[in-house]
Amino acid sequence: MSAAADSLIPNSRREARLIQLRIGLRRVLRNPSTLVGGILVLLLLVMAALAPLLATHDPMAQSLVDRLTPPGAQHWLGTDQLGRDIYSRLLYGAQPTLMIVILVIAFSAPLGLIIGMVAGYMGGWVESALMRLTDIFMAFPRLILALALVSALKPGLTNAVIAIAITAWPSYARLARAETLALRHADFVEAARGLGQTGTRIVIGQILPLCLSSAAIRATLDMAGIILTAAGLGFLGLGAQPPMAEWGAMIGTGRDHIFDAWWVAAVPGIAILLVSLGFNLLGDGLRDVLDPKHHD
Amino acid sequence: MKAFAFLRGVTTLVITLAGLLFITFVIGRVMPIDPVVAVVGDKASQETYARAREEMGLDKPIWVQFGRYIEGVARGDLGQSSSSGQPVVEDIARAFPATLELSVFAIVIGVLVGLPLGVYAAHRRNTWFDHAARFMSLFGYSTPVFWLGLIALLIFYAQLGWTSGPGRIGTAYRYTVQEWSGLLLIDTLRSGDWNAFRSAFSHIILPGLLLGYFSLAYIARMTRNFMIEELNKEYVTMARIKGASETRILWRHAFPNALVPVVTVIALSFGHLLEGAVLTETVFAWPGLGLYITKSLFSADMPAVLGGTLVVGVCFVLLNKATELIYPFLDPRTRAR
Repeated sequence: MSAAADSLIPNSRREARLIQLRIGLRRVLRNPSTLVGGILVLLLLVMAALAPLLATHDPMAQSLVDRLTPPGAQHWLGTDQLGRDIYSRLLYGAQPTLMIVILVIAFSAPLGLIIGMVAGYMGGWVESALMRLTDIFMAFPRLILALALVSALKPGLTNAVIAIAITAWPSYARLARAETLALRHADFVEAARGLGQTGTRIVIGQILPLCLSSAAIRATLDMAGIILTAAGLGFLGLGAQPPMAEWGAMIGTGRDHIFDAWWVAAVPGIAILLVSLGFNLLGDGLRDVLDPKHHD
Repeated sequence: MKAFAFLRGVTTLVITLAGLLFITFVIGRVMPIDPVVAVVGDKASQETYARAREEMGLDKPIWVQFGRYIEGVARGDLGQSSSSGQPVVEDIARAFPATLELSVFAIVIGVLVGLPLGVYAAHRRNTWFDHAARFMSLFGYSTPVFWLGLIALLIFYAQLGWTSGPGRIGTAYRYTVQEWSGLLLIDTLRSGDWNAFRSAFSHIILPGLLLGYFSLAYIARMTRNFMIEELNKEYVTMARIKGASETRILWRHAFPNALVPVVTVIALSFGHLLEGAVLTETVFAWPGLGLYITKSLFSADMPAVLGGTLVVGVCFVLLNKATELIYPFLDPRTRAR
């Protein structure tokens, strides 16, 4: 922290918050991990949002004359076995990737937080039962449980999201329980109880805000894993269904041509790699910045 | 006290296993395919359908069905695979050694390379060595394993010709190897057939190194974190003041204290290997459990999929339990008084 930031003395609550924000932002920008990670994630957002503008071809348009064309002036990243432009498909492929990540987190993080906080706050048999349940779900390797679920529900993007979300919530539950246990008898929680606040209100008003920053870090790091799991399902043909452009599925179709047309599988793989690298770097950096335990 | 702790451990294990069974059971029930039709076909007469339904116990209440399912699993009956016509247990028993061989190969690499890498990265914190190790880990964390497998096949098999392609052993040796342990590297060595051993080795090296890389990425990173925590403690400063050498401080003072979490991580990473094996086996046509599960998926062979899933889940749980059992040997603080 620089001396200039320290010398800023806030005159009001609002000013204090702004200064905090500025200090935080400066830390985020100074940290190479968050910076590079942030740029990569931003790139994904831009690709997903501006795909129709940036694409040079229709991602679905087939042209058998141009099939398996190597990267060149006409098709920047080559074409696949149906003559579709890989560059354009790559751009459109950012959309399902982003959608899966957002939906899975939106479903699994709140569910896990609620289960974990209730378990930690209530204690007793409720805690034992909920944590047992969490352990059981954690006992399955993620991809395998997702595979079994998707195959039972029928392959498709929605079911892939459901399956991944069902495997993703336990880590939030564990985290929220640990935080809640540490806070359960904190003075400010006792004070709220003394003021007559109900359990629900204490959990939402006092405990939840303190769980959020670690949950946010967890979520960022989780996103890389979600992307890889979703890509794995897509690769096996259990995620997004053709002709939708999805990175994992694109690698799956490129697999048959890996020896004679490497770019079909190689290009979407690099995209997956960069995006999950981005989320990992961002999560790592955010942990360094936000979590005081990780400060040097 | 000791007996109580033991009983508690057994109870949680039983509950977890029962939970696993319940999950696979439920997944088996929500599927849109009618299990009776899957067996008798959609051209069966009304009577055949009804009889099959009764034989499969599907006319009974759901709890009775679950009871029967547990009973069957306890007897080692995971149902009949609808694609191979064999009991699922037999199919899995045949596929399991291949997965075991691959995962053991990978975990050995993961531990042998990952552990020292993590320890030295912690020791030389924030130097170029630490940064390089960290980047290597991050790359491993972020790469889709199936994609790297394809690229590795393209480069080392198709372009350079250094390794063999998909499969577990050359076709010439497939039926000559005497089965003993089911692990081809050991079986070929045991029979003294060097050419067969070489063939098996050149087949396992690519998927094995690949999975090994993923587990070493995880092990190295976690080991680094645990070691940094230990190295910041006062007893390390004390040892340094005493004049102990850095090697001694690292391996004799700090490392034993980091061992419990490190062993947990190794066990976890072994569990993840079973998961990574699903995709890797598909890419490398490695005839293990993962390939069995994915193949069964596409023939809508639910008993096979669920059986495979259950076996992997049980392995995962037992592995974690086993590590808990060895904690007291590693760390006196975890011994029950």
